[in-house]
Amino acid sequence: MVSTIRTPHPREKRIIFKNIDRPGWTNDIGCYLHDGGYEELKKAFTMKPGQIVNEVKLSGLRGRGGAGFPCGVKWGFIRPGGTKPVYLICNADESEPGTFKDRYIIHQDPHQLIEGMIISCYAVNAQLAYIYIRGEFPEGAKILERALAEAKEHGFLGKNILGSGFDLEIYVFRGAGAYICGEETGLIESMEGKRPYPRIKPPYFPAALGLYLCPTIVNNVETLCNVKHIVRIGGAEYAKMGKPNNTGTRLLCVSGDVQKPGYYEFEVGAITIGELINDICGGMKPGRTLKAVIPGGSSAKVMSAKDRYKLKTKQPDGTMAETEMGLEDIPIDFDSLAAAGSMAGSGGVIVMDDSRDMVWALNNINEFYAHESCGQCTPCREGSLWMKKITGRMLHGGGVEQDTDTLKSVADNIAGRTICAFGEACAWPTQSFVAKFRDEFMGTAHKKGNGNGSTNS
Amino acid sequence: MSAPTELLNVQIDGVWYQFKKGTRVIEACAQAGKFIPHYCYHPKLSSPGNCRMCLIEMGMPKTGPDRKPELGADGKPVISWIPRPQISCAQDITEGMGVRTDSSLVRECRHGVMEFLLINHPLDCPICDQAGECHLQEYSVEYGTAGSRFLEEKVKKPKRVELGPRVTLDDERCILCSRCIRFMKEIAHDDVLGFASRGSHTYLTAHPGKRLDSNYSLNTVDICPVGALTSTDFRFKMRVWFLKETKSICTSCATGCNTIVGSRENVIYRQTPRENDAVNSAWMCDYGRLNIHYVNSPDRLKFPQVREAQGLANVSWKTALAKAGEELKQFQRNSVAVVASAKMTNEELWLTKKLIDSLGTVYHDVVPRAGQADQLLMSADRNPNTLGAQLFGITSEYPGSKLREMTEKIASGEIRAVVALGEDLTQIGLAESDLKKLTALIVVGILPNETTRNASVLLPACAFSEKRGTMINIKGRLQRLNHATLAPGEARDDWEIIRDLLQQLTGSNGIYLIDDVFKEIAETIPEMTGLSFGRIGDHGVQLVEESEDAQPVAMTV
Amino acid sequence: MEIPAELEARIDQEITHFPISKRSAALPLLHLIQEHFGYLEDEAIEWIAQKLGLQPINILELVTFYPMLRREPAGKHHIRVCRTLSCAMAGSYELLDTFCKHARIDRQHNGHGAHSLKSEDGKYSIEFVECLASCGFGPVCMIDDDFYESVTQEEVPQLLEKYQ
Repeated sequence: MVSTIRTPHPREKRIIFKNIDRPGWTNDIGCYLHDGGYEELKKAFTMKPGQIVNEVKLSGLRGRGGAGFPCGVKWGFIRPGGTKPVYLICNADESEPGTFKDRYIIHQDPHQLIEGMIISCYAVNAQLAYIYIRGEFPEGAKILERALAEAKEHGFLGKNILGSGFDLEIYVFRGAGAYICGEETGLIESMEGKRPYPRIKPPYFPAALGLYLCPTIVNNVETLCNVKHIVRIGGAEYAKMGKPNNTGTRLLCVSGDVQKPGYYEFEVGAITIGELINDICGGMKPGRTLKAVIPGGSSAKVMSAKDRYKLKTKQPDGTMAETEMGLEDIPIDFDSLAAAGSMAGSGGVIVMDDSRDMVWALNNINEFYAHESCGQCTPCREGSLWMKKITGRMLHGGGVEQDTDTLKSVADNIAGRTICAFGEACAWPTQSFVAKFRDEFMGTAHKKGNGNGSTNS
Repeated sequence: MSAPTELLNVQIDGVWYQFKKGTRVIEACAQAGKFIPHYCYHPKLSSPGNCRMCLIEMGMPKTGPDRKPELGADGKPVISWIPRPQISCAQDITEGMGVRTDSSLVRECRHGVMEFLLINHPLDCPICDQAGECHLQEYSVEYGTAGSRFLEEKVKKPKRVELGPRVTLDDERCILCSRCIRFMKEIAHDDVLGFASRGSHTYLTAHPGKRLDSNYSLNTVDICPVGALTSTDFRFKMRVWFLKETKSICTSCATGCNTIVGSRENVIYRQTPRENDAVNSAWMCDYGRLNIHYVNSPDRLKFPQVREAQGLANVSWKTALAKAGEELKQFQRNSVAVVASAKMTNEELWLTKKLIDSLGTVYHDVVPRAGQADQLLMSADRNPNTLGAQLFGITSEYPGSKLREMTEKIASGEIRAVVALGEDLTQIGLAESDLKKLTALIVVGILPNETTRNASVLLPACAFSEKRGTMINIKGRLQRLNHATLAPGEARDDWEIIRDLLQQLTGSNGIYLIDDVFKEIAETIPEMTGLSFGRIGDHGVQLVEESEDAQPVAMTV
Repeated sequence: MEIPAELEARIDQEITHFPISKRSAALPLLHLIQEHFGYLEDEAIEWIAQKLGLQPINILELVTFYPMLRREPAGKHHIRVCRTLSCAMAGSYELLDTFCKHARIDRQHNGHGAHSLKSEDGKYSIEFVECLASCGFGPVCMIDDDFYESVTQEEVPQLLEKYQ
């Protein structure tokens, strides 16, 4: 058990994670106020809600939960002056394997999140908000409860906050171990006391028909924290960080076969996959070489170190040209990773070295999705378990010739045909693993079983 | 008057149609003759969109820079197709929408969903009650494959679960479409079913100790698209493809739910609801549905009988009717009473009224049957044709109000002869000893009881499924019974028996067919002018404007 | 099943967090009652349903959906070992086996989605759970509400020692 203080890497740009592992930092409101906390809230109250929405639009902030939808556009769906109440829900159901950023914000800097939420609520005129925190964060829930009580004591929550005339209550809502609650309409159903079955869209887009069929904004923890900083420096200034359409900073969570896994914050696109692995994370383990990277949480398509990727990049003369590059040269931002056939997703980077058996790795992922499928709609419910059963059999020596093709075809029959994006989340790993490492999968036919992740242990 | 419904233009498989605004895509396609396979969708329930069988390709009109739809060479909007397939069950049509119901992507989707639904489904079709009317079987023909790619073990789930007194569940057959859950919640308002566990292990269940015992529970069996929910009553009794289906109406209360009687070789095996939005939507109650087995009773009265010294003896119809005529002729006017039934058809009641008139008695009525009405379909009036009995003057505004006087006069000996049509006189307050006092007791019935046992002439008749005829439901709708099974032994159609009794008193009257009776009615009763059995059709005819607050007829006993 | 006044007061307080629909309090109430009694018996499900004006099936649907809710008592101390990819790469399968060995839990078949397994003396129960969201510091585990990162097999006996 290591509980060492993790010092930031010099190449990091820590904004959201400024206070994480900061010497002398505590998560109480006193420490936060001493450091200038809740000043942005005061500033926000000098602005009109619409101005804040505009600043967020200007900032180019894209959702940090996985889909990367522009936050200001999402907020813009809420019509000002509507007759129904508006709700804001912070999605702290951090569940995408490979992702572990929200935990540290909640544990170490809860007031940053709360301040971001209060500003966001003011911007969209939500007077009741909830933090949906995953059930496996019992300590995080307690910390948030205490922080909310502190904020209320200091007049940052409740009636007529800081004399602004704006009222707001925020409550903590605990999940109970279901990945599907990270899907925003599943989360809403969960909060309504029903099975968290994602809703059909159309018509149930949360911004129109969300919680209690009222307009509802669901934002990720990191996204809401960013709002505070957008108010601080202004949308235009914020947009200067990162790259066009990929603005701000990004929390990256690195796990797997690197020397120094952990969480980091960089300007979006400031580093490449290779730099992240080699310069920041200390490189691969001794004697090992890079085999594959899952760049945005386990549902992101796996990328092989052997492949070449074609990306459009900006040339010195300002024109765009297609450049071919290796995996390690791909910058970590929304557009580059999408162009390379995967996604930035939730920022969870899982690194695998040459010792890893890809059938084993996919089976592990398939087991996760089979366990987490809510079971509401047919393709995902039946297909996720089927894929897991196939890879399980391949892994344990029961593989047959047609398994590889069956796997791909099952995944193809799920993606794009389900109620929610879980269909893609569970199909993409299989589609990509089978496509990129076909030989390994074909090789399992009639091969003896192998129960762990290493091909050579 | 409401404003005329707006019509929207929709392109389906390349052809433009117009549909009413508010039409679901799946329904618009059906109207255009393009059936879209589906499991979870049911027109009477909410659409969860969970089965994914109804995926189609959908497109919206492409808009130009002026935000107006771009028009193609044919002057119709150019459609911009959505790359992902869309469900057709949960969306209403919009102006200029395009739908492809039979593209290669759509067929691929259907194949995919069918394969998914079948991998964990048991292959027990040979012993499954749903076989023959199973939508999995049906769509497998079009979208299934002969072999299976599934090499794994199927998921194990509970089997033979008694969800309630009348419904048995096989969770392994369940495709989790949630129709039953939605029916119980949205229609029966008894939220008793739900899903437990999750993912591929999800199964349908009730909370421990809670039972699916609603009087509407068997509708879940009807709407179950597969063999998961089966009727405990019908289970393993008959292959459905052997059943002859006859359109009929339920005669267990005044609602007159439209039904299908399923019979084989004169045995009724089941009764299921038939959709009629003017009466019962697509549902019926369990009580009415299961109230059919008496028809197959071995105790059915099969032969005409007359009382002889040693008791009732089988005789020919001719002898029995002659005896009945002889007896009736002795008792004229108010020494004879007619106890008729509001379970009789209009045609029977019409002839009964003629019989009453020729006897000249003022003592006639029907026997009321009152129960508790529910909020859904069941009427407090458990007679199916009280309105008919009133219309033809067999009874009054207050059915049964004359019975007390009649029973008193029978007990006192003032009334010495009774014609009992389908009713047991001990149920209206008469003792067996009172019946024995009667000089003549002419009984038309189908099952033995105190009254039939004390008859002087016993004339065996038909049950509801053994005859044609019409009835008027509580809301004033004229509906048709159809002939599904044959009466046992020598039992005869009630209307013929009454006609023949009438002939004993008045001589031949020129009525040879039941259609002749109806023709007479239609010529006499203004509300029925111009109607015939054919014109009534399968869904009935509203005789009077239906009022918002149609109340059950007042009843006194 | 007796709900103490103090617990009911907390429950009533929790319900006020959802002014639009009491039903929203279903999951919070399940947490509160499970924290108090250790598990959710059918009577508890019925109690919550009644409290919120629901049918028991509405609550049973939730209890059986969420892995963290249980209808049977767990061990005195409940161990959750993360099973998912990054932790598995860091040795969580082996860690699970080691926990089972030292906690004397017979893990014949901890199949997919299986209920948690208990030691004979009832002191420990163990569950192989999906991602606990600390993937960079695997293998991770939780014992009761306490969270441990980078747990080595050697550390298991002393860890268990802390939970008697």
